[in-house]
Amino acid sequence: MSITFTLNGDLRRLPAETPPAQTMLDWLRAAGLPGTKEGCAEGDCGACTVVIEHPDGARSPVNACLMTLGQAHGLALRSVEGLSAPDGAPHPVQAAMLAAEATQCGFCTPGIVMSLYAHARMGGDAHEALAGNLCRCTGYRPILDAMAALPAAEDAAPSCPTTDVTAFGPPGHRFFLPRGLDETLALRRAHPDAWLLAGGTDLGLRFSEHRENPAAIICLRDVAELRGISARPDGISVGAAEPYAALLDHMAHDAAFEGFAGLLRRLGSRQIRALGTLGGNLGTASPIGDALPPLLALGARLSLVGPGGARDLAVEDFLLGYRRNALKPGEVIARVFIPRPTPGAIFAAEKLSRRHDQDISAIGLAVLLERDGDVITRARIAHGGCGPMAARAPEAEAVLEAAPFTEAQARAAGDALARAITPMDDLRGSAEYRRVAARNLLIRLYWRVARPEAATEIMALPTPHAPRFIAP
Amino acid sequence: MNAPLAQGAALAHDSALGHVTGRAPFADDVPEAPGLLHGALLLSPVAHGRLGALDVAAARAMPGIVAVLTARDVPGANDISPSGREVEPLFADGTLRHHGQPIALVVGETRDAALTALAALKPEIEALPAILSIEEALAAEAYLLPPQEIAVGDAAGAIATAPLSASGEFRAGGQEHFYLEGQIAIAAPGEDGDISITSSTQHPTEVQHIAARVLGCDFNRITVRCRRMGGGFGGKESNASWVAAAAALAARITGRPVKLRLSRKADMAATGKRHPFLYRWRAGFDATGRITGLEAMLAADGGHSLDLTGGVVFRALTHALNCYDVSAVKLRALSLRTNMVSHTAFRGFGGPQGVLLMEDVLRGVAAATGQDMEAVRARNFAGGTNGSKAPYGQALEGDLIRRVYAEAMEDAGWAARRAEIAAFNAQHPFLRRGLGSFVLAFGISFGLMHLNQAGALVHVYADGSIRLNHGGTEMGQGLNIKIAQVVADAFGVPISRIRITPTSTAEVPNTAPTAASTGSDLNGWAAHLAASAIRERMAAEAARLWDVPVEAIGFAEGRVFVARPGDNRAMGFGELAHRCWVQRISLSATGFYRTPDIHWDAKSMRGEPFFYFSYGAAVVEVVVDTLTGEHRVLRADLVQDCGRSLNPAIDRGQIEGGFVQGLGWLTTESLYWDKEGRQRTLGPSTYKIPGSRDAPPDFRLRLLANAPARAETIFRSKGVGEPPLMLATAVWNALCDATGLTALDLPATPERVLMALEKQSS
Repeated sequence: MSITFTLNGDLRRLPAETPPAQTMLDWLRAAGLPGTKEGCAEGDCGACTVVIEHPDGARSPVNACLMTLGQAHGLALRSVEGLSAPDGAPHPVQAAMLAAEATQCGFCTPGIVMSLYAHARMGGDAHEALAGNLCRCTGYRPILDAMAALPAAEDAAPSCPTTDVTAFGPPGHRFFLPRGLDETLALRRAHPDAWLLAGGTDLGLRFSEHRENPAAIICLRDVAELRGISARPDGISVGAAEPYAALLDHMAHDAAFEGFAGLLRRLGSRQIRALGTLGGNLGTASPIGDALPPLLALGARLSLVGPGGARDLAVEDFLLGYRRNALKPGEVIARVFIPRPTPGAIFAAEKLSRRHDQDISAIGLAVLLERDGDVITRARIAHGGCGPMAARAPEAEAVLEAAPFTEAQARAAGDALARAITPMDDLRGSAEYRRVAARNLLIRLYWRVARPEAATEIMALPTPHAPRFIAP
Repeated sequence: MNAPLAQGAALAHDSALGHVTGRAPFADDVPEAPGLLHGALLLSPVAHGRLGALDVAAARAMPGIVAVLTARDVPGANDISPSGREVEPLFADGTLRHHGQPIALVVGETRDAALTALAALKPEIEALPAILSIEEALAAEAYLLPPQEIAVGDAAGAIATAPLSASGEFRAGGQEHFYLEGQIAIAAPGEDGDISITSSTQHPTEVQHIAARVLGCDFNRITVRCRRMGGGFGGKESNASWVAAAAALAARITGRPVKLRLSRKADMAATGKRHPFLYRWRAGFDATGRITGLEAMLAADGGHSLDLTGGVVFRALTHALNCYDVSAVKLRALSLRTNMVSHTAFRGFGGPQGVLLMEDVLRGVAAATGQDMEAVRARNFAGGTNGSKAPYGQALEGDLIRRVYAEAMEDAGWAARRAEIAAFNAQHPFLRRGLGSFVLAFGISFGLMHLNQAGALVHVYADGSIRLNHGGTEMGQGLNIKIAQVVADAFGVPISRIRITPTSTAEVPNTAPTAASTGSDLNGWAAHLAASAIRERMAAEAARLWDVPVEAIGFAEGRVFVARPGDNRAMGFGELAHRCWVQRISLSATGFYRTPDIHWDAKSMRGEPFFYFSYGAAVVEVVVDTLTGEHRVLRADLVQDCGRSLNPAIDRGQIEGGFVQGLGWLTTESLYWDKEGRQRTLGPSTYKIPGSRDAPPDFRLRLLANAPARAETIFRSKGVGEPPLMLATAVWNALCDATGLTALDLPATPERVLMALEKQSS
């Protein structure tokens, strides 16, 4: 009964006494694979990036510092040591980095190489691919050069270990990977103090940074009822333990959720989205949870399942206060239903942060405006970072309803919003800034609607990577 | 024979393959010695307080704990001061002086054991009122040092009699180094009290000195080694020394090897940052914008202890006028003591803070005279018809100042883009684009005269392979490859014949830190001198063999030959090396270099403290969302003077990376202390350095052509480690240009920009 995964193509069956809450980063380094580095132990710098190789050939970069060994069970992983050819020849991704002279101190480099290894398969925007990796030396130009020259991924899909084991860890350090909801509820009854682990991108800090080691962990990764995304005409149903990456992938292909997808692209990084879940965001009920304002604005509903049976609850009624929610003891969030905006409706999910990528919101603002011709028939406005919890702003909604959406109306609604909120004053922004910016986000939304060609977000402006160097 | 030279070639970083494969070991990657212990630091939870009793018994009794060390356990001096001008405690003794100050070191069998035991340490602390801002320190007259002042002429009189005048006040924030590899040292006890230290340090010699001081032993008992750092940026000068000294103390007391690797949080709490500054100025000028008088105060928050603040403030002061000429000035620079972490060296070392002053002045003068800033800038450049000397007496090269500026403006297509941007701004509801420029004259040399020295040790083995060691350290900047290029050329051998080896106090003693952009200047010369000494001996042997004058012996392409027409006698370099060995000729030499001609008189605040100046210019375009304060650099055109570049590929990396680091300092990187003086930005989740999207997408760089250094630098190259960071100052100007703001504190976060716009419109 031990943790089993494939690492760099080799089957690893860990000794039964291995603590399952040990981070993959610590384990790798102790196992004599120091290529994976610790830069921050909080999932923000990416120096510890390793890649999950899925059976279909897909690749997900993850932060080894936030990933427990238990979460690796049954997966195929690759670390930087597993890229070079047996004769030591660099992998094409490494060769591209070499050709671009994209290293200086080299400490962030293995993590960047692994992100690029995933990117070679995932494709997409280079900055999005690099959002989870910090480099303090190069200024990124040569790394972007390397990315522009990446060869297409040709590596074969891995074989993941097959395992029926769903529980492991020595006494006092148990780790459960239940396959079904009933089993999960039974485990919760048996281990009332167990930590519920979804993706672990928030909880992981307690292992990684705070070095905690709970007696039992119930990981929701394999609970079938909590996984998968199904589309219905009126919306989409998302498993609470489905990683953001899958939700983004789904929403990116559905025009009605374009705005939501845009926000998800800024939620953490690819590393965070590969593990993090909507269920986790709801469970922590943080006032600045990125996904909460759009869920509120769209009127998302939750299926909660517990010892007392199942119930359905609007996200609005679920969030109770600062990091407080309506979960009853033993209950879990099973699924999230996100209603589809009606045709012709305006939906936007805005986020302000000091840095565009991989930053926690100072403010989030999501707006749904349903229209009949020019007239707004229903407005739903929700904010994050503007009070003890993410919440709706009925005062601002009332201003907009039953009138055409004009600049003056947007301004009036913005003023109402600014008056209604009670933002905090902290390192991410002063209360005053949050008030002004929240107001202005509504005004900017007006321009987005009125002049969509002009009112793009500055970070979305087309800015091709175009370096030039002239040496004598 | 016309051999290609290694110097000037765009060779890649020597560790690049090791970097991309993860096989280049950093200090924490080296396999741990048997019995290795791990340290963890107990840090002060308050900004200021009286430290009472600390009962270590409970922590000491915890499983896996071997020792708990405090100030009482220091056998030598509990003093880590790099300057020796005041006592700076390794462990707090009696008084807690900043949030994050080390109180004790727990040593355990595992890192987790040590970290866990920290919770069992409950020091008695009586909190005291703290000084948490420059303004409070000014009011309390809390100085680390007496004010430094440079005055020329009658500044007050010049301002009073000038047709126009203006004044200003602004702030610049600090900056966390955020080297990706945190502070780390491993100390291993040897025979008879010897301690061998592996340290991620820019200054192995200082690690040796501080560790010896703490242990109370001779320097010769401490050997310090550094193969590479995962970034330094100034943060591993004095701060690496105390981390290593703590590890050495633990190794001495436990008799076992000890590793002290700071977590990111502990690193950011306990180590110093770039100095925040407050500026106040008053200038007199005429209607053309020519500035005739300037009075300015530059006040630096030095934190709780002196550390390197004297030098940082000196550099800020000597760079406050940058490349401009003002005939009557009074510049006063203050080093303030607060209850903050002790601010320290950071790429530019006060220079970046110094050169901000004139930008704010030029902006103020431009506003008052109704001109654009660029006209005022050009009107006041040193040289030409203006005076050419810095106020402390050293001459600037007015021709190079004008050249870098003209080339940057030309590359940027300034005039055409001005018109295009004005048209864009006129039609857009809320986006505003803007252009900004900046010109830099940065003095190269350590302000502290005695640091301008370097040593190298070169061995040629009997097979012709060469082992190179020098006093500089490799932190990613490519110093080792540059020095190897210098040595390869001295011997006329391919670079592959040179083995680069870890910096060690046992091989090259009494070194300076790798800092102040002097790494290749100093160590390049030292290595060149060492190699040349060996080459002379080898040439003499070849001349004897072939019976030709020694001047006729040439070294190129791995061969030694008679460089005379019609004479084709030659042999391999290795062959000659072997012959020298057989002939009992020494193939090993040290090289020693000290920078000539520099001098400084601290009484009169006059002298020529810099061997030369590095020049650079930048033009930057930004776009600002005036509804949110978000902004972005769209394009940057840089021109940088590298003299005759030793390695354009390496220099390009320094310039681009430095610029983006400067961009971070001026925009996203905002440090936050709460009202109790606790630092709240202790990791990358809260402290935001630039990401890839923040770098200029259209990033154009030109190395200044045909500009070999006029000073006798190594192959007429120029240092390039720090100057490009300051080129990012153009971003500040571009943000003001785009928004019409005349005052904008730094860092210009979206919040700062938006709130400044709010203030301006109300």
